Amino acid sequence: MAEKILMKGNEAIAYGAIDCGCDGYFGYPITPQSEVMETLMKVQPWETTGMVVLQAESETASINMVYGGACCGKKVMTSSSSPGISLMCEGLSYIAGAELPCVVVNVMRGGPGLGTIQPSQGDYFQTVKGGGHGDYHPIVLAPASAQDMYDFVGEAFDLAFKYRNPAIILGDGVIGQMMEKVELRPAKPRRTEEEIRALCDSWATIGSKGRHGNTITSLSLDPQVQENFNIKLQKKYAEIEANEVRFSTYMAEDAEYLIVAFGCMSRIGEKVVELAREEGIRLGLLRPITLYPFPKKEIDSLVPQLKSILSLELNAGQMVEDIRLVVNGRIPVNFYGRQGGMIPDPEEILEVFKKTM
Amino acid sequence: MMDINEIIKPENKVYGKTPVLKDNILHYCPGCSHGVVHKIIAEVIEEMGIQDKTIGISPVGCSVFAYNYLDIDWQQAAHGRAPALATATKRLMPDKYVFTYQGDGDLASIGTAEVMHACNRGENIVIIFINNAIYGMTGGQMAPTTLLGQVTATTPYGRKAELNGYPLKITELIAQLEGTCYVTRQSVQNPAAVRKTKKAIRKAFENSMMHKGTSFVEVVSTCNSGWKVTPVEANKWMEENMFPFYPLGDMKDR
Repeated sequence: MAEKILMKGNEAIAYGAIDCGCDGYFGYPITPQSEVMETLMKVQPWETTGMVVLQAESETASINMVYGGACCGKKVMTSSSSPGISLMCEGLSYIAGAELPCVVVNVMRGGPGLGTIQPSQGDYFQTVKGGGHGDYHPIVLAPASAQDMYDFVGEAFDLAFKYRNPAIILGDGVIGQMMEKVELRPAKPRRTEEEIRALCDSWATIGSKGRHGNTITSLSLDPQVQENFNIKLQKKYAEIEANEVRFSTYMAEDAEYLIVAFGCMSRIGEKVVELAREEGIRLGLLRPITLYPFPKKEIDSLVPQLKSILSLELNAGQMVEDIRLVVNGRIPVNFYGRQGGMIPDPEEILEVFKKTM
Repeated sequence: MMDINEIIKPENKVYGKTPVLKDNILHYCPGCSHGVVHKIIAEVIEEMGIQDKTIGISPVGCSVFAYNYLDIDWQQAAHGRAPALATATKRLMPDKYVFTYQGDGDLASIGTAEVMHACNRGENIVIIFINNAIYGMTGGQMAPTTLLGQVTATTPYGRKAELNGYPLKITELIAQLEGTCYVTRQSVQNPAAVRKTKKAIRKAFENSMMHKGTSFVEVVSTCNSGWKVTPVEANKWMEENMFPFYPLGDMKDR
């Protein structure tokens, strides 16, 4: 019987990092995710796995430490919350432009500005559409439980290395702070120097033994070279969109109406579905697990059986735009959201939903 | 007179280009100090036998392309962030020699936080700081180290303290930090200065394996294009104006 421990989502990120063989964590305190680094500092994984944990002087430094670590073929990560992620966006653009693997966790809080320390999903646009400058996409996983927080660290690293692309775990203050049972997996050892050389020697800065020096840069002053590179990046994103969509559904098979919700809102959405079903309304739910790539085909295939869709978000309406692009006017796509750290309850949502029927 | 066949005999060789330097043609302006400092670093790497154990981190600015000239592994950092990359690289690969190469805009303006904190943590890295008192790559704007009265594209009437603040003696600040073990200011305008700078850079690289903390080598440099003078005049201007404000020598060695 696997060990199950009661812990916060943020703590689960820390244990998930250690257990998936993460080489380095670089972070800066910010509410509501500070437990990630606090847990790592308490557990001291450098004594066991050799994982490096460092408190940086700023989020800017954190993401650039991640950049440096990723250059070395190491599994490196950081975590922060919305204002800190804004500071990291320059670094994320460099990491995407240099085609490096890394994991960044965003435990979203409300904005804009310093905003609130309460939960939000207001960084959907920033995260899914890039965030930093230039044409790039991170791979985005949206956890809905502490177990997801634990599991997604390893999964995000696998995806990041598969595509040499940053992967973001887009959580929110609810998922980060709430305590749930988490089943720990058998710990994977960190990669050895030999394994890293076998896997990454063609590009990584691990010492130029037996070859000429590698250079990791996102700079090319020749416009044709830069365009060729950008086209190559877009091909990679097309491959990611074709192969890496993850989603789940709840009572969607016979649904006439559909809620689309991610993260904590998908948990609340499930309850809304149950309440509606008690009243004989055939409501179902689709939860995008990857926000980039977005489950376009999966939503598209449900449209013929649906009368309308309700996008449920903790923001002013962001993911709803991507749903509308998929639906393309065939059926109404409605939106309901709360902001500023306010969280709707299922009854409130059901009432709103009924008015859209 | 020896004929050509005599001259190329190995026993008559008096100087050779280190194989750590690639054959790419330098993009730097004639008279610029970067090429000399690149050569010094390349020679130190060769002499220490650490070509396959050295990771360089290039900045944003003229020397962004340092990776085109030294045949080692390179990371190209975002503007000012090289010490953050170096921190992670050294901590994750402690058996490697890790150095940043940064200009005055990169290190002393946009990257002030990263360099101060990396030095204060005592990261076992080498920081090479090229101070030519101007932004070269972007066309000669005021740098944090631009002297009072110095004319640049953004101080067309000369740098004024009341408008632009004072030139930043960041190396003096760095020397105050407990994390640094070796802080020195050198130059490369004549053979004697080149030899001293090479000695300093070698010491800095050796320090980085001794867990003594950060080694910081400033090289007061010329930018004749940015200063709009000839290379010879640039050396003279540097000696007359830069050296009094940025005096050469070791500030810390422990």
